[in-house]
Amino acid sequence: MTVAVVQFGGSNCDRDAVRALDHLGVDAERVWHEDGLPADPDGIVLPGGFSYGDYLRAGAMAARAPVMEEVRAAADDGVPVIGICNGAQIGSESGLTPGTFTTNASARFQCEPVHLRVERADTPWTAAYDEGDVIEVPIAHGEGRFEIGEDAHADLVADDRVLFRYCDADGNVTDAANPNGSTDNVAGVLGERETVAVLMPHPERATLPDLGRSVDGAGILEAFA
Amino acid sequence: MTAYTATVTVRLKRGVLDPEAETTQQALERLGFELSDLRSADRFEVDLDAADADEAAARADEMAERLLANPTIHDYDVAVAER
Repeated sequence: MTVAVVQFGGSNCDRDAVRALDHLGVDAERVWHEDGLPADPDGIVLPGGFSYGDYLRAGAMAARAPVMEEVRAAADDGVPVIGICNGAQIGSESGLTPGTFTTNASARFQCEPVHLRVERADTPWTAAYDEGDVIEVPIAHGEGRFEIGEDAHADLVADDRVLFRYCDADGNVTDAANPNGSTDNVAGVLGERETVAVLMPHPERATLPDLGRSVDGAGILEAFA
Repeated sequence: MTAYTATVTVRLKRGVLDPEAETTQQALERLGFELSDLRSADRFEVDLDAADADEAAARADEMAERLLANPTIHDYDVAVAER
């Protein structure tokens, strides 16, 4: 019984995720995607990186890897699944969550701290926070602009599946606080179940003390604790 | 069976921001070209054997649906020619 951090060719945040989970007292191990998931995982992390060199579209190749069938089945069984950065791109490409993440409006790779407003506090990923809390977590992506069709966006909002929005330090959701041009400042969304989530920012880089500017991301990973 | 090339063209839906195309347009303008807009698209040429052109097109269509295009942001079209 452990949290499986699924490693694809080109993943590069898998070790960081394991370190952050270890710090929180969560048993976690890296799992090479070709080896398949361990039996009865406690949870699944799709980590950041550049799987398959972002060929075709970021996350497109990994999303079609056989292990993702297992991930989808586990998600349907209620196993907590989180996709972080490239893992978010993989999750959305595989249909675990709605919408897609594409080229930043700036057309540049952006590596910077951002503020996120917690839009739902009644999920496993946000139990450590209150709704409306502002947390600081870094982003590091070139393709993080959340896009979703107009109708699908209306459904997303109506179903209350936006988990985090980019905001300023005071929690105001503004264009100026939107780092990549994401529709409706969306930084993270829920799947059909609240136990499935993806987000572009890196909570595992804001968990270990003395490593970054904040440890605000720890609350997200505490879902596995 | 006949040998075909199915050409799948994948482009962003109208209205979806295309920062790479904008950057390319700016670079052309810096070179002194005058243009009013620029759009980019991905083209995939798939060689395959099929009973007829309809079957070749249907298979290429499924490739676009399942991998080559992302329906959230893309439109695509398929053209088939004997090879």
